[in-house]
Amino acid sequence: MNFLVRAARAVWDFVVGDDWVTALGAAAALAVTALIAGAGVSAWWIMPVAVSALLALSLRRAAH
Amino acid sequence: MSGTEVGLALSVLLACAVEAVEALTIVLAVGTTRSWSSALYGVGAAVAALAVVVAALGPALTSLPLNALRVGVGGLLLVFGLQWLRKAILRAAGLKELHDETAAFAEETEAARAAGAAPGSGLDGYSFAISFKGVFLEGLEVAFIVLTFGANQHRVPLAAAAAAVAVALVVLAGVAARAPLARVPENTMKFSVGVMLTSFGTFWGAEGAGASWPGGDAALLAIIPGVLLLACAMVLWLRRVSAAPAVPEAG
Repeated sequence: MNFLVRAARAVWDFVVGDDWVTALGAAAALAVTALIAGAGVSAWWIMPVAVSALLALSLRRAAH
Repeated sequence: MSGTEVGLALSVLLACAVEAVEALTIVLAVGTTRSWSSALYGVGAAVAALAVVVAALGPALTSLPLNALRVGVGGLLLVFGLQWLRKAILRAAGLKELHDETAAFAEETEAARAAGAAPGSGLDGYSFAISFKGVFLEGLEVAFIVLTFGANQHRVPLAAAAAAVAVALVVLAGVAARAPLARVPENTMKFSVGVMLTSFGTFWGAEGAGASWPGGDAALLAIIPGVLLLACAMVLWLRRVSAAPAVPEAG
């Protein structure tokens, strides 16, 4: 069990790193894209907007 | 080869070259200070472990339905790419220390000396373990990129070949120089890889979630320069913010 927890933590650190807010934001943006595309509305623009905003906010947090 | 495949090969090649340069520094440090044979055994064991990871996960990933693969793996690639790009932007803006192979080599060499004398014969556990750890951990990032890029395009062998070429080039350069490859523009290469990972993650993630890009795969020709411009603008913004004098608080 201890090994599994350590392995899960290592994978989390490896992929997500120290900024889980950005990871959560990216997942939320993908979910919104899926919802809007599922409704038959053009949704390609959501990810570029989300990525720009997430990166700017992440850098702002890091700089302060 | 299509434009997407060229992008895939180039991204993997750059990412792999950067990680290989870092791994080479560690192996050189323990090899020259303690034991070459034990360090090289460590390299061999790490490469074998990485090959097992890629061989086991590659077919499993490519057997997933394309949309599920693109949204899942594209999302992971995007999160990983944003992390990589964020660090690269902070380095370029002067808010994070630049990676310096000469300093890393000096640090590893000092640690290897401080670990005591190497045994006269037989395997040196320190050299083996440090080489194994260095190559495996740096290689894991490459394996992740090879698998995510390769699986999304169903071209894992192409991605693996690009990685192998990068390793071969770095090893040849290392053997020729017999010193850490400090002149490789690592920080610029990391910046480029961050741009590519974020661009491909954005493209595949949105496509997997059901969005259709205008122009199909050709949209990448707009996304990659767009992310690059965004990253450069953020470097300039951070440089200006960090150079501005702090405003004293009132009262």
